[in-house]
Amino acid sequence: MASETSDRRDGSAGMPRATKILVAGGFGAGKTTLVGTVSEIQPLQTEERITTASIGIDNLEGVDEKTTTTVAMDFGRITISTDVVVYLFGTPGQDRFLFVWDELALGALGAIVLADTRRLADSFPSIDYFERRNIPFVIGVNCFDGTPRRHTPEEVRIALDLALDVPVILCDARDRASAKAVLVSLVTHAQRIARQQRAQRSAAASA
Amino acid sequence: MDTPLHDPDEIWVDLDAGPVVRPYAMTGGRTQANGRFDLVSMIMTSRSVSGADVLDLGPEHEAILRRCQQPTSVAELSAHLNLPVGTIRVLLGDLLSRLLILANNPDPVPALPDDDLFEEVLHGIRNL
Repeated sequence: MASETSDRRDGSAGMPRATKILVAGGFGAGKTTLVGTVSEIQPLQTEERITTASIGIDNLEGVDEKTTTTVAMDFGRITISTDVVVYLFGTPGQDRFLFVWDELALGALGAIVLADTRRLADSFPSIDYFERRNIPFVIGVNCFDGTPRRHTPEEVRIALDLALDVPVILCDARDRASAKAVLVSLVTHAQRIARQQRAQRSAAASA
Repeated sequence: MDTPLHDPDEIWVDLDAGPVVRPYAMTGGRTQANGRFDLVSMIMTSRSVSGADVLDLGPEHEAILRRCQQPTSVAELSAHLNLPVGTIRVLLGDLLSRLLILANNPDPVPALPDDDLFEEVLHGIRNL
């Protein structure tokens, strides 16, 4: 099987290992913008066609209809080294596309949830999703021009009912330095969580 | 619902049939791939491919082999060849079973990413 070819440091026959970072958030929150800002390539689009029993949508009573949905995802790439490549996926935001995330989330390093303070509720589904699956995430509060008033990270944390350890950062998805800062915050946060989990596992193993 | 979604006598022709049929026509109607390919599985052509290797393969298989002279992710193949990921997976399965490609899959789910990976990624992002 192919999975046996996955080798840690050297890759398979000189192939890099790839990892994913998800960029989530409501419609228009700046997902594709952020991906484009840090990606070394023009963001590309891939699509997945999924046949599924209609969940959430088309909820016609008693109708067990299968539907085919096409879900488009924008993604970009950051080549870290010859060994490691990071792919950034802008995840389709609407509730009804959440099932696509299960595959995206598989093996992801973590997620950035972009929030627009004018429509904070739009980021609830993303936050719920990552919390429930214990996927490390940070909140990037995308500060658009002309936003009537800026909110402090603490105000956003309270409004989103976030755990204290979830980083909340004000950012501008169009600005490279700002977008990088959000990425660094996420990877640092995910690394901390991974260290804690490893420590817990070894404690449990020796108990 | 009062009106049925599909008229049983309806015949799909021309453009009506196109988008529905085309991607899976390339795979002979198959939707299950031989092998598991993640969106970020890295694929590389395993060796120089001879004419005999591709005799009964389609142009899309050949396009994948050309693209994968350099390591390329499943998502990139889908974007560049303008085919849904599901279709790409089936085509990759064909190539894998003929040993024409190598695949480097990301870490399996339950494993925690190792600390070195975080360090390397952090370093890379800071140097962007």
